[in-house]
Amino acid sequence: MAWWSRKKGLPAEGKKSVPSGLWTKCEQCGESLFETDLEENLRVCTACGYHLRLPTPTRVALIVDEDSFVEHDAGMKSTDPLSFHIDTKKYKDSLKRAESKSGPADAYLSGSATIDGHACEVGFFVFEFMGGSMGSVVGEKITRQLERALERRVPALIFSASGGARMQEGVLSLMQMAKTSAARARLQEAGVPYISVLLDPTTGGVAASFAMLGDVIITEPNALIGFAGPRVIEQTIRQQLPEGFQRSEFLMEHGMIDMVVQRQDLKATLSRTIRWFAGRRAEA
Amino acid sequence: MIEEARGETKLMHVLEFERPIADLERKIEELRSMSTASVDFSSEIKKLQQKAVKLQEEVFSGLSPHQQVQLSRHPSRPFTLDYVSLIFDDYMELHGDRAFRDDPAILGGMATFEGEEVLIIGHQKGRNTKDNVKRNFGMSRPEGYRKCIRLMEMAARFERPILCFVDTPGAYPGIGAEERGQAEAIAKSLEVMTRLKTPIISTVIGEGGSGGALAIGVADRILMLEYATYSVITPEGCASILWRDQGKAADAASQLKLRARDLHNLKICDEIIREPTGGAHRDPKATADSVRAALKSHLGDILKLTGTELIDQRYEKYRRIGAFREAAATSK
Ligand SMILES: [Zn+2]
Repeated sequence: MAWWSRKKGLPAEGKKSVPSGLWTKCEQCGESLFETDLEENLRVCTACGYHLRLPTPTRVALIVDEDSFVEHDAGMKSTDPLSFHIDTKKYKDSLKRAESKSGPADAYLSGSATIDGHACEVGFFVFEFMGGSMGSVVGEKITRQLERALERRVPALIFSASGGARMQEGVLSLMQMAKTSAARARLQEAGVPYISVLLDPTTGGVAASFAMLGDVIITEPNALIGFAGPRVIEQTIRQQLPEGFQRSEFLMEHGMIDMVVQRQDLKATLSRTIRWFAGRRAEA
Repeated sequence: MIEEARGETKLMHVLEFERPIADLERKIEELRSMSTASVDFSSEIKKLQQKAVKLQEEVFSGLSPHQQVQLSRHPSRPFTLDYVSLIFDDYMELHGDRAFRDDPAILGGMATFEGEEVLIIGHQKGRNTKDNVKRNFGMSRPEGYRKCIRLMEMAARFERPILCFVDTPGAYPGIGAEERGQAEAIAKSLEVMTRLKTPIISTVIGEGGSGGALAIGVADRILMLEYATYSVITPEGCASILWRDQGKAADAASQLKLRARDLHNLKICDEIIREPTGGAHRDPKATADSVRAALKSHLGDILKLTGTELIDQRYEKYRRIGAFREAAATSK
């Protein structure tokens, strides 16, 4: 069985790798949380409700209907078009390391699936893979996903979790912003819905392209979302950033997103959104 | 009127690698000023001039990527408004995003180009501190991109070609910019530009800094001046993230493949516009003439296409960009 298609809950090897009695400290309230409790609660702090990051396989299992996910474009691999290296550290080696750590999908896993029975084209950023950075492979996978959605006239859903463009592929990464946005524009013209889900974190070139272009934009609580990273802003303006700056709730307050949704309610919310769109045009 | 056209900026900023050339030129000037009817330095002057030309050719044929980055940011380099006054007629700036405010870091306006009514869009840097306060060093905020979107959509409605001039370190990273949706403004501009049924040419005249540059860079033709750069991140930013050391910016500059010739090799840039020896700032008039010729020829080509052909070809142009391997799909 492929590594992502699992029953709801935690991936098997994930469970094995957690020695019993391991505690995780909540980044917000500092509470020490028992790993098994945390997993049971979808990695949401049982004390304060803070949403910790969810591993991609768990995320997929949380969203799509059981056994409905069929991966596409699985054979795609990043190359090293610029022969990028830092002193003796090569981009090629970073790719290999990332692959052995988080799987062969590069930083994006996409496929056809159903959500509460609705056919969709879904894609998930793999933040574990080089910070979910978007290079040529990610840009191409997203573009193909959107083109498939257009062809099938089914909703497209993208779950973003990315620091932005992958600088090791230079301007080729930058141009993926234009490529993916062009594909998104075609969906809009054809009246095929696109739902963008912003997870922690969504910044840089990913935020500044398809991620902020959803017909509906949904986030989880306390996700970091913005164009510039907080450190860059702090260095530029030389002042401390306000509390909660660039978090989901801040974005909603400023009119940039539609909803902040608790993780446990995410699938139901997506399902309801798809249903609203589907009646009219998405189902041919 | 164009308040920041060159003119009185006589004092030229000199980069470190330009220094030996500038020193020779100063010597030549000194000899000239010492020349009288009775004292003739003309043969010495001639020798020094030959030496200066040779030195300049030497220095400029061996420029490192980092030196080219410095050239692309040269404070004396011609900016958008310089090209506006050197290439276009009847320029009339249009202001504001109709929602929040006008952003002087990026400008748009009606103009005539070789008899054709066009829309000009361009980042605008300041020539001095006062102008840079106003222009925010050419770093636009969301309202700037939203102004461009408004004007570009208007241009498409009236079938006027759009000529963009890219010259920015990047979109401005600030609290207000984030509050007002910097990411969304850039994203929207990308999306809109892919669908405009009018010819678009984007010319990188200086710094093509990341998303803030690309936001007015989606086009049917991408032209770059010889010493212009286009990059996913500044070399300084890249160095501080990957090396944790801004001092490694020169290494980052060579890794990022950000020069016009790199972009041409990567098949992103359609044409490199040659600069005068010593760079665009040494002869803005000649540079503008070359830009004019390139714009004229490319615009002539794409004006022949219908709106639908334009957006289909534009889609394919970006669709092709990227480098990856693909094994036959393994079914699960
Ligand atoms: Zn907590």
